[in-house]
Amino acid sequence: MVELEDLTVAYGRRAAVRQVSGRFEPGSMTAMVGPNGAGKSTLLKTIAGLLRPYRGQVRIHGMDRWRALAYLPQIAEIDRSFPITVADTVAAGAWRRIGALGGVTAELRQEVADALATVGLAGFGARSMDELSGGQFQRVLFARLLLQAAPVMLLDEPFHAMDARTTADLLALLQRWHREGCTIVAVLHDLDMVRRHFPQTLLLAREVLAWGPTADALDARHRHVMEPMAVDWGAEAAYRPRAGG
Amino acid sequence: MATPYVTLVAPFVDYGFMRRALAACAALSLGSGPIGVLLLLRRMSLTGDAMSHAVLPGAAAGFLFAGLSLWGMTVGGFVAGLVVAFLAGLVSRNTVLREDASFAGFYLTSLALGVLLVSMRGSNIDLLHILFGTILAVDDQALYLVGGIASASTLILAAIYRPLVLECFDPSFLRSLGARGSLYHLLFLVLVVLNLVAGFQALGTLMAVGLMMLPAAASRFWSRRIGGMIGASIAIALLSGYAGLLLSYRCNLPSGPAIVLTASACYLASILTGPRGGLLHRLYAPRPLHP
Repeated sequence: MVELEDLTVAYGRRAAVRQVSGRFEPGSMTAMVGPNGAGKSTLLKTIAGLLRPYRGQVRIHGMDRWRALAYLPQIAEIDRSFPITVADTVAAGAWRRIGALGGVTAELRQEVADALATVGLAGFGARSMDELSGGQFQRVLFARLLLQAAPVMLLDEPFHAMDARTTADLLALLQRWHREGCTIVAVLHDLDMVRRHFPQTLLLAREVLAWGPTADALDARHRHVMEPMAVDWGAEAAYRPRAGG
Repeated sequence: MATPYVTLVAPFVDYGFMRRALAACAALSLGSGPIGVLLLLRRMSLTGDAMSHAVLPGAAAGFLFAGLSLWGMTVGGFVAGLVVAFLAGLVSRNTVLREDASFAGFYLTSLALGVLLVSMRGSNIDLLHILFGTILAVDDQALYLVGGIASASTLILAAIYRPLVLECFDPSFLRSLGARGSLYHLLFLVLVVLNLVAGFQALGTLMAVGLMMLPAAASRFWSRRIGGMIGASIAIALLSGYAGLLLSYRCNLPSGPAIVLTASACYLASILTGPRGGLLHRLYAPRPLHP
């Protein structure tokens, strides 16, 4: 279980996220939504241990933090022209097992090949990452998550700018991990997808506006936050107020 | 008669100083080839340049205390290079200046300070020696030093290669694994300085970075893999060292510039003819049809 205790994260003297408390239950599947600049990525990075909280703390119960959490960065934070092979990228998911010096065994190579097959990229191992489309690139990063085999997955905008096919495939993968008992936290913009596929929602606008079952969290009470989101993200994430809602 | 043997091999067989120079170039190529590629991929090409200038005042201080002594100038150059790298990093992390600007500030200071220090005691000849090197005067002691640094650098790089590449490709992922990215970065900077100090023995402070960055930049046009780029970079550096020395011997040119200019020629040739995005390749590649 991941528990946030009165978490405040600041850049310089500006608080990006204020006083977040709550917990991600084991096996829960949570969408983190909110307008631009709401601090979603910041909160996710703090949970992942990339940022140090100004106040409060992140508690991971029952496991070493670096083993418990797998983090998927926003694709924009990665150098996509970097000349590294697909297989090497996926194998990096085994870092906790092999570290800087451990050898890549035949067994691990097989695991990499299997993971690539699972994300629909069988036989792509020898390709270079700089040849891939955005969708293929994201599939490779999902394969890397597979190798990490962590019980908690933190994903920053996993479907942003992905084609429909990739989104459907990767979403199916997330649902499979959810069924297998993984705890999933994903920063998302598409409110339709959140309503349909994510049981829990954390609505964030520098502080927590709502955190609970999706239907409650995306309630009309928070329309003032969600309407601008829909405008920012276009028809794809259209906010559709229900009749009488 | 100018047989191929006489033209291409004989100078290295006949003269000990040419052999030592060639060996020094080979060691430098093997040591700094991979370092240059990683600098390039980390978008730190100019950092290498800045650090080569930063080595100068240290070497000059060593010269001031110990004259043209190998160890004095080596240790001085190494310490000064590290201090500047550290200070530049500190400034870029804690002030509004970005790393390139803070490096520029420090290396201009270093260059001026270095020239001042050398001219306080030495002649213009000494200054030229420190700035541009005298690879034809490399003695056994210097050769051991260059070889030792190249060997140590290759071994250390092999040990930190994986995290270094990962940190460059996807830094937040590496940090999310709890790995100390900054530690590897620091070790890498130490390797950069070490290789520049080794290059300084042969090529001088200003030319040393040439054999590091030009082959690395050229290698991008020959391979899409880091391993391939490192291989290409080492090969181009070796070729430049050999051809540059030969050129300098045949045409009576200063050896450092001859080597670096040969590397430049390889760089230009790669831009034109390299199979991975070279200009000619682009020109004659089949174009996608427009509807």
